[in-house]
Amino acid sequence: MSMDYREYILDHYRNPRNYGKLEHPTVHSEDVNPLCGDQLGMDLLVEGDHVTAIRFQGRGCAISQAAASMLSEMVEGKTVEEVVQLGKEDILDALGVPISPARMKCAFLSLRVLHRGLAIAGLEKTKEEEE
Amino acid sequence: MLSPLKGKTMLLSDNAAATHAPQLTYKGRWTAYDIRDDFPILSQQVHGKPLVYLDSTASSQKPNAVIDAMNVYYRTYHANVHRGVYRISEEATAAMEKARVKIARFINARQSKQVIFTNSTTGSINLVAYSWGYANIHAGDLIVLTEMEHHSNLVPWQLLAQRSGARLEFIPVTDDGLLRLDVYEQLLQQQPKLVAFTHMSNVLGTINPAQQMIAQAHAVGALVLLDAAQSVPHLPLDVQTLDVDFLAFSGHKMLGPTGIGVLYGKRDLLEAMPPFMGGGDMIRTVQLRQSSWNDLPWKFEAGTPAIAEAIGLGAAVDYLNALGMEQVRQHEQEMTTYAMAQLQAIAGLTIYGPSPAQRGGVISFTLDDIHPHDLASILDQETGVAIRAGHHCAQPLMERYELAATARASFYVYTVKEDIDTLVQGLKKAQKIFAL
Repeated sequence: MSMDYREYILDHYRNPRNYGKLEHPTVHSEDVNPLCGDQLGMDLLVEGDHVTAIRFQGRGCAISQAAASMLSEMVEGKTVEEVVQLGKEDILDALGVPISPARMKCAFLSLRVLHRGLAIAGLEKTKEEEE
Repeated sequence: MLSPLKGKTMLLSDNAAATHAPQLTYKGRWTAYDIRDDFPILSQQVHGKPLVYLDSTASSQKPNAVIDAMNVYYRTYHANVHRGVYRISEEATAAMEKARVKIARFINARQSKQVIFTNSTTGSINLVAYSWGYANIHAGDLIVLTEMEHHSNLVPWQLLAQRSGARLEFIPVTDDGLLRLDVYEQLLQQQPKLVAFTHMSNVLGTINPAQQMIAQAHAVGALVLLDAAQSVPHLPLDVQTLDVDFLAFSGHKMLGPTGIGVLYGKRDLLEAMPPFMGGGDMIRTVQLRQSSWNDLPWKFEAGTPAIAEAIGLGAAVDYLNALGMEQVRQHEQEMTTYAMAQLQAIAGLTIYGPSPAQRGGVISFTLDDIHPHDLASILDQETGVAIRAGHHCAQPLMERYELAATARASFYVYTVKEDIDTLVQGLKKAQKIFAL
């Protein structure tokens, strides 16, 4: 099975959803992928028990940036409880193509930044990093 | 075709060294087509396509001669070295020490005891940084490095500077990927204790004027460590002509196995250096509270060494000698010139570093705004081409060019023009995919 750069992945890469910053985010978090230099910063706005807005900025490969865009669509409007539950399977489902082992870190960068943000905001316990 | 071990598989002889030395004869001109059959991995397929291996700068592939030499050792005369008084231990010792002699001759060391086996180039540089550095580098001393160093020739000196209070200064790199030798001359006026630099950049391919730079360093009383990880595999190199003080290189980038590297040093320097690691094999006498050290090179080889790897590296040296290092260099220059012309013809492709005459078989490039990791994935799955993508363990150099990453294609003795043509096709395919 080969990794496939489908049109919808490239569309998310070229026209990322929720790209940018929030003026008054509840929390900001960021991370880099030291192996390839991908960078990602994320702002979350939490109102009541919902994540009402999300923005991200970053640079990197199509996989990391498209995954961030797709993840942002999954997050917006969901309850905090639902967002906390988002995991690697959700990213892989959204990408919809096999991701080679060496590229998993690219695919999961935004997920890591999301959970880091939730942890900083005290909305989620810090989990031991897998890997 | 090399099949050095046919017909002598399992017999022990009285002369291990002779038995296990592959017979190699490339008399006169060879081409990469002649020798590709010597490398079994080159007939592998990936994603249903023939493997096109363009990442020899990261690690080279291995000829049968190397694989077989290690195989025969494990199958017929494996034992620990320098200990046993029985036949196969003596054979193993002889084979390993014979490999040391071959390597010494390959770089034209005066004596084989100046060839110390380590685990890698990194291991060799760390040995010098800890052993020589600990004894000789003090607070305020200056160590001169360059902006184009691999992390392995940067971080050990950072650690030494942190421990000792020494200063680090860096020779900058021009836009064309050459060292600013005018700045080097200024830095030398500050009388550094040590200059450590790469002979050939693993990113830009730049071949630095080592002989001249070493002479300049010596003129102000500085010692020189040359990171030869990329030069020993690809160029004729003579440590006596270079007059280099320390030279570090790896086995796996020169057709040999992983897990073995070499440190060459001038004898008086090595004799004066304290041991780096303590343990078996490196001692002469051991008492409960003190010990005395073994002679060179074993003083620096604590623990059971990488015996099979040393023997494999000896076989790799035989293979390279049979090819002739002048011809190796010439072949790679041909490939590099061809590849640069082909790549430059692709609109949107940018090559970093100097002209083919000033570089080895390494080409770092970017294509449009396609991230190098995406390029590498597409090349892999669409065309079976293996290239490196990333910062190539040279993050400061990437920052110098304001790049997050580059793609890198690199060549060796088995690279043919068709490999480069496949790379070009793959890059065009990637452009098509990303143009959607």
